[in-house]
Amino acid sequence: MRRSLVLSAAAGIGLCLAGSALTWAQTATQSQPGGASLRPAASFSSIANQRDRSVALFTEMGKVMQHPRCMNCHPVTDRPRQGDARKLHEPLVVRGKDGHGAPGLHCSTCHGKQNYDPARIPGDGHWALAPASMAWEGKSLGQICEQLKDQNRNGSRDLAALVKHVTTDTLVLWGWRPGASREPAPGTAAQFGELMQAWADTGAACPAT
Amino acid sequence: MVSLKVNGQAHSVDVDDDTPLLWAIRDNLGLTGTKFGCGVAQCGACTVYVDGQPVRSCVTPVSAVGDSEITTIEGLSGKEAEAVQASWTKLDVPQCGYCQSGQVMSAIALLKENRKPSDRDIDLAMNGNLCRCATYVRIRAAIHDAARALEI
Repeated sequence: MRRSLVLSAAAGIGLCLAGSALTWAQTATQSQPGGASLRPAASFSSIANQRDRSVALFTEMGKVMQHPRCMNCHPVTDRPRQGDARKLHEPLVVRGKDGHGAPGLHCSTCHGKQNYDPARIPGDGHWALAPASMAWEGKSLGQICEQLKDQNRNGSRDLAALVKHVTTDTLVLWGWRPGASREPAPGTAAQFGELMQAWADTGAACPAT
Repeated sequence: MVSLKVNGQAHSVDVDDDTPLLWAIRDNLGLTGTKFGCGVAQCGACTVYVDGQPVRSCVTPVSAVGDSEITTIEGLSGKEAEAVQASWTKLDVPQCGYCQSGQVMSAIALLKENRKPSDRDIDLAMNGNLCRCATYVRIRAAIHDAARALEI
């Protein structure tokens, strides 16, 4: 056990050196253990047809986007969900006019700037619900893909801005460092960013369903 | 040692950085108006203000507070606080009383943001404050009463 920890620490250092061009935000958010893996973007190069490759890349991204860490705060109703079992958030809280809750009970009433593991309360500097236009709950991956690209619904982001958003926004990055008793999103934030970049570079095609 | 500014006074308390603010307030400063209920931000009994905003002190480490102004039930002042206190007394809101300092903190925070809350607004603001005696009907009535008093 001790030996494997030392080996994984060494591997972690190797990764950091290899990824020296990564931003501080990315290197600071190495995934906490316990999550599923993601296929690296490069492994999709064997798919000759570019459109098929793009769809396959998005389908891999879907493992992250449809994971409870992401989906819980992209609800179709005004109420988020919580936990790996995706139960309705207790207490009852709502999106509010700016995504930060109702007057008198804002997200920040309970969620601090960082996770507080002794009480298992997750936190981030701008803990919030995604806007209603970005609700993913109950939607197919194809629908989520179209929605994600639609600048009328995605906060006026082009593909480059989307990649920047998922690789630098601290609340997105929280998905890989969710704290005690929560499974992190699959893979790493850097892998997810590479998948999205490769998807964008191959035409950002969407799954049919 | 951690520096805390509570109810306008600076304090130095000998606690670890990850100590819940609630423990420092109650055990180190002796301000026991703020209550421990659940310890996991599910009941609202520990509500204080950090720079005027309601915060559950049981899940807030002292390290997160920095130079912020902390206000506990003992340090409340202002017209919303006076209106809520008067309405609470008039309608005889508390039963056992354990949750009431948290209820009062949340009620005042709501009225500062929304001068004329509807039943729905009150429910959404007060959902995070549990009352084991189920005084919810009187709490809601008292918030409406305080809102009316603030209009005058």
